Amino acid sequence: MEEHFPMKKIMDDQGNLIDSSYANDIDEDLVKKLYYHMSRIRLFDRKAISLQRQGRIGTYPPFEGQEASQVGSALALDTDDWLFPTYRDHGAMLTFGSEMTRTFLYWNGRAEGCVPPEGKNIFPAAVPIATQIPHAVGAAWAEKRKGTKNIAIAYFGDGATSEGDFHEGLNFASVFQTPTILFNQNNGYAISVPIEKQMHSKTIAQKGLAYDIPSVRIDGNDVFAVYFETKKAVERARAGEGPSLIEAVTWRTGAHTTADDPSKYRPVGQGDNVVHPIERLENYMKNNDFWDETWIAKMEAELTQEVESALEAMEEYPPAKPEDLFDHVFTNPPSQLVEQKESYLDLIGRE
Amino acid sequence: MNVKMEKQSEQKQTTHQLTMVQAVSDAMKTMLEIDDTTLLLGEDIGKNGGVFRATEGLQELFGEDRVVDTPLSEAGIVGTAVGLAVNGFKPVVEMQFMGFVYPAYDQIMTHVSRLRMKTMGRFSVPMVIRTPYGAGIRAPEIHSDSAETIFTHMPGIKVVCPATPYDAKGLLIAAIEDPDPVIFMEPMRSYRAQREEVPTGKYTVEIGKGEKIQEGTDVTIIAWGAMVPVAMQAAKQAEERGMSCEVLDLKTLYPLDRDLIAESVQKTGRAVIVHEAHGTGGLGNDILSVINDTSFLYLRAPIERVTGFDVPVPFFALEEHYLPSPKRILQSIEKVVHF
Ligand SMILES: Cc1ncc(C[n+]2csc(CCOP(=O)(O)OP(=O)(O)O)c2C)c(N)n1
Ligand SMILES: [Mg+2]
Repeated sequence: MEEHFPMKKIMDDQGNLIDSSYANDIDEDLVKKLYYHMSRIRLFDRKAISLQRQGRIGTYPPFEGQEASQVGSALALDTDDWLFPTYRDHGAMLTFGSEMTRTFLYWNGRAEGCVPPEGKNIFPAAVPIATQIPHAVGAAWAEKRKGTKNIAIAYFGDGATSEGDFHEGLNFASVFQTPTILFNQNNGYAISVPIEKQMHSKTIAQKGLAYDIPSVRIDGNDVFAVYFETKKAVERARAGEGPSLIEAVTWRTGAHTTADDPSKYRPVGQGDNVVHPIERLENYMKNNDFWDETWIAKMEAELTQEVESALEAMEEYPPAKPEDLFDHVFTNPPSQLVEQKESYLDLIGRE
Repeated sequence: MNVKMEKQSEQKQTTHQLTMVQAVSDAMKTMLEIDDTTLLLGEDIGKNGGVFRATEGLQELFGEDRVVDTPLSEAGIVGTAVGLAVNGFKPVVEMQFMGFVYPAYDQIMTHVSRLRMKTMGRFSVPMVIRTPYGAGIRAPEIHSDSAETIFTHMPGIKVVCPATPYDAKGLLIAAIEDPDPVIFMEPMRSYRAQREEVPTGKYTVEIGKGEKIQEGTDVTIIAWGAMVPVAMQAAKQAEERGMSCEVLDLKTLYPLDRDLIAESVQKTGRAVIVHEAHGTGGLGNDILSVINDTSFLYLRAPIERVTGFDVPVPFFALEEHYLPSPKRILQSIEKVVHF
């Protein structure tokens, strides 16, 4: 199967273009935009880990190593498209327009973190594995019914492909030819379970074959490959040509979450040879005279400022209100729920 | 084999200090040693030893064929466990968190619970489904559900929920030995809260029996799992205000220990039922009907229930407001005592 789904790359680890057909499509603006967003989400990610260590937010699942997959795919979307992420895709969410303060709030146990900016079609991160895949198919189906050109992208991991919802979602996407991008980040592990134990199949891309969904396997650490392959799939979807599956092969640099210890299950040295996707783009920039120290320094200062003020805003956010337990469950809360709320607020003493 | 047996009978005399999660682990280890047909299935239970370390070291001891890291599929785990169970094995499966058991609902509801009945006993499903449950550890969304009534409502399944290390080990061994399916709920908040002397080797705690863990005269407080220490706290505060509480730890949620409940409520004439699952459709209602059926004429006050509210278990910033607190329990104790 691997020979049917060769790993597509546009640049190598040293940042050399190996597919010259893209030479004209890659300009300085694009490169800087990709670099900016990857740096931005990495800074967020590292900050979140350190906040968790200091007890300032809850358990956090880092995405370091997957920046190219998340940024390359999110930047291939248009503003009215739909994004259905998992808990590990806050990088894609931030790139597509989630607010950073709310993203911190999410990891601090606040439902406010699930609320997207007005007009943005960003679903809350799915925690139950693979459950978001049918949602993305449904939202895309709705766009198709409404006759728009909008599409939906579903993010999911390698482990997610074992769940029924993955297969059911793919089949629906295929049967109804919905404009859905099934974007898989194969980071080699589902918590501790390596992909060889998760599946006997050699690739994830081949799973699309059973549903007649055009599927590709790409180097998920090559941000150009991610960006251009996602673009192609998006264009097909907008043109009414149905769903696509993208297997972006990547690597989770850190632990599954801050509560996890990968040394329990990962062989020493595994992943050491993976060139970090940001470093890879850096190499490209240096090779092509796009490396501009002044721009980098300015960008880094701006990003640090952005992350710090988002953090400050999170910490100064008004505390969670007990009323919020009750107020958003129904449009019109039944009287028994209103009574539960009133008597609880009476007990704890209203502010 | 002989050496092992000898070692075991010798171990029977001794005890060791264990947390609940260690006691759970010890139960599985004990049964893996005694019975070759016992096998463990679950996500991350092998090499990683489980996300709570409940199966720590077991794969090294018993091999990958008996302590199996499965693909990420709850329906797959429970469904294949049915096949294994009807064909000679005793699967003890782990659902990583109770909020992730839902994909397996179909398998449990439509097969695990009724295979014995529909084959008139020809096939039975001797399976244990272990699952950490409950809120209060600042876990991410969906990691804090307490879904016992989904299972107490399914005829054909027993539901067990220990509150202490000793009971956890004894009940889990009893569950593994039970010829029928058992849901085994582990209060993750209590996993490491307390250490207790736990016998080495095999012993059982009877499924279907609760325990009076504090003697009292004015009111019966009924709880299980993670709510037991909370109920005890409330009982202590009530005591300081001159109200004497009898506290029951139910331990098994189906079948209920009707005799224990009746005996206590007939003595005190008052009851406060505490559980962290939502009130509507909660097990408190079944307990209420046990009291109604057995002890109505002994009651001196309407029965109170202190439960999670009728809202989805919230993100952790609000979980302390969701969970029954000593304050809420105390309010109900006062209400029934001063009725
Ligand atoms: C239905 C369900 N079962 C189990 C879990 C616990 N869990 C959280 S993440 C995870 C592994 C997911 O692996 P993968 O799909 O590869 O995504 P990754 O975490 O690597 O991004 C598991 C088992 C869950 N969240 N949902
Ligand atoms: Mg993975």
